Amino acid sequence: MAPFGVAPIDCDLHPALPGCMALLPYLDGHWRDEIASRGLDDLDLSLWPRGAPLTVRPDWRSAKGLAGGTLEALRTQALEPFGTGFGILNPLFGAPALHNVDMAAALCRATNDWIAAEWLDRDPRLRAGILVPVESPALTVEEIERRAPDKRFVQVLLLGAAETLLGRRVNWPIFEAAERHGLPVALQIASSARHSPTANGWPTYLIEDHVNFAQTFQSQLLSMIAEGVFTKFPRLKVVLMNSGIGWVPSFLWRGTKEWRALRREVPWVDRSPAEIFREHVRISLQPNDAPEDPEDFAVLLDMVGSDEVLLFSTDWPHWRFDGVEALPPGLPERLLPRVLRDNAIETYPRLKETVQ
Amino acid sequence: MSATTLPRTDAPAETRLRIVDCDIHPAMRSSAELDRWLPARWQQHRREYGLRLRQPFTSTYPYPKSAPALSRRDSWPPSGGPPGSDLDFMREQHLDLHDIAFGMLQPLSVRGMDERVPGFADAVSRAVNEWQLEDWTSKDKRLKGTIAVPGEDAAAAVKEIERWAGHPDFVQISMVTRGLEPLGRSRYWPIYEAAEHHGLPLGLHTLGTSGHSVAGGGWPSFYYEEHQAVAMSLAAMCASFILEGVAERFPKLKFVIIEGGFGWVPSLGWRMDSHWKALRSEVPHLRKKPSEYLKTQFWFTTQPVEEPEKPEHLRKLIDWIGWDRLLFASDYPHWDSDDPRYAFKIQMAEAERRAIFAGNARALYGL
Repeated sequence: MAPFGVAPIDCDLHPALPGCMALLPYLDGHWRDEIASRGLDDLDLSLWPRGAPLTVRPDWRSAKGLAGGTLEALRTQALEPFGTGFGILNPLFGAPALHNVDMAAALCRATNDWIAAEWLDRDPRLRAGILVPVESPALTVEEIERRAPDKRFVQVLLLGAAETLLGRRVNWPIFEAAERHGLPVALQIASSARHSPTANGWPTYLIEDHVNFAQTFQSQLLSMIAEGVFTKFPRLKVVLMNSGIGWVPSFLWRGTKEWRALRREVPWVDRSPAEIFREHVRISLQPNDAPEDPEDFAVLLDMVGSDEVLLFSTDWPHWRFDGVEALPPGLPERLLPRVLRDNAIETYPRLKETVQ
Repeated sequence: MSATTLPRTDAPAETRLRIVDCDIHPAMRSSAELDRWLPARWQQHRREYGLRLRQPFTSTYPYPKSAPALSRRDSWPPSGGPPGSDLDFMREQHLDLHDIAFGMLQPLSVRGMDERVPGFADAVSRAVNEWQLEDWTSKDKRLKGTIAVPGEDAAAAVKEIERWAGHPDFVQISMVTRGLEPLGRSRYWPIYEAAEHHGLPLGLHTLGTSGHSVAGGGWPSFYYEEHQAVAMSLAAMCASFILEGVAERFPKLKFVIIEGGFGWVPSLGWRMDSHWKALRSEVPHLRKKPSEYLKTQFWFTTQPVEEPEKPEHLRKLIDWIGWDRLLFASDYPHWDSDDPRYAFKIQMAEAERRAIFAGNARALYGL
């Protein structure tokens, strides 16, 4: 049954939340009225249009209902074919992008309750990320505190692009809470569209937004490194979802070269950015933005310079590969146990507690 | 590092490698120099209002640079004026010292390319071009000008291109890389049509006050971040040219990407290709894999040269991009400029060295 000989930990699964109406049972009276009277329902993110081929793999599309919308689909499409031991649910839901942070906070809280009741309670293999109203660090910390006692929540889900770059000090309470509770912060390809996706303005096509998000992830990491987040929070881990690893070598080379020249501007950055990256940053396996030649892929991994960076993921139900071909050709045999399982266990302290 | 990449200067003349430097920054002594070529109406405008960009300050940067005039401390001319403003000193300190055969001018500091007042943008761009001819290229035949155009006004830009096309001193076209919209958008296509028609490459030096945050995800705090973000914006610009169909529509158009380094180039190709598999129905105008356009219509200047932890990775990186794609650039006189003797911390074969330091640029620009 299991194609890999070891039960992998899938770090990036996307259960579909139909909309705010599905959250009504989890909202208090005030917010139930607000949502219903405004007719607010779908908060689908524009980076993931439901009809786009990238958003749902063809054979994972459902004739009726939302792709990724049922536990049954998750089991038969994502868990069983790969023999998955644990899977982390990362809902892509737009509540954090609302400008009204109180409304965002209410909907994030309801989403987390919904995840716990309708998914986590029904399959012991499942874990989840905490959806948070990131535009309000104070309300984000409240939600982290509320959720922290439930050890099935293993990370904090952040928009890949929000109002401020994440390293900015206004966001540090989020990192303080995450580190204290043993929760990595995970960045998704999701944007509150407070800024254009590139420094050059708004591109025309969806494919550009996805291609360019590799740069947005780099900006976020650079911000966290430059502001000193990892100096202040030495146990914090960052997981990038869908960033690919192709850009990592040039990011490390440039970051280190410029740090040598400009470090007096950021004196709290006390180690090379490459060293900081390798200790603190993890990346989900999909998509595999890498050379097609397996030997070149091995060189790329050598440039990345760490066996600990990659975390197995299918990115279900997004279309990244066909069949069970989730592992890039050229991934060295010796790395399989790390990528499939061990790296995740070391990244997620809460998973480690459960597994061991 | 002991490895130098250039032959000894006492090599016989016929085999001597003379460098083509694809990024040199001439500077005006002050923006008042523009008046030599501005009509009276715009001279008055300059005195009263000056250049208006999309940034908080009139005469400095929102991310203060790491050196005055962002230049090498030793590059201030003894005659006065800012670095890059004295041709004799540039000859002594750079052109003659490094045996430069040709130097590509990239005027940055006084520019009309992203000025907000359309007529002034046009007038300043024209003045900058006249200045390059009068004060630089006509005085030193090694120097080649770039046709600076006000890119947000495509009609004016095309007129400016037509004014200079065919002039042997002008070998490419410049516009800011961070404009109001990504440069692949159709509002800019008349410029590319003219460029292709006249056989002029686009020489795109990282630049521009678009008003958009310099990093996707917001404004960073530090120059350390901004200085790296500009290379990321160049990757997004290349993606725009390719995925929005400019390279397909103008197959003879050549794109020269200046001062972004080149470490990011292969990964841009890989990521475009991997996403194209699922999203090609959105961009049916592409008739090839996105990376194919990157490999055939784009060139990259080398500065700042990448410095991998393992030097052999630099060779692999260039293998991926293509040894025929890289053009040496010094970025003289800026603080982070590359010295051709020491920039590449690898050994190169003679043919490789000749290609990157001269041959690729000679072929591209027809020198």
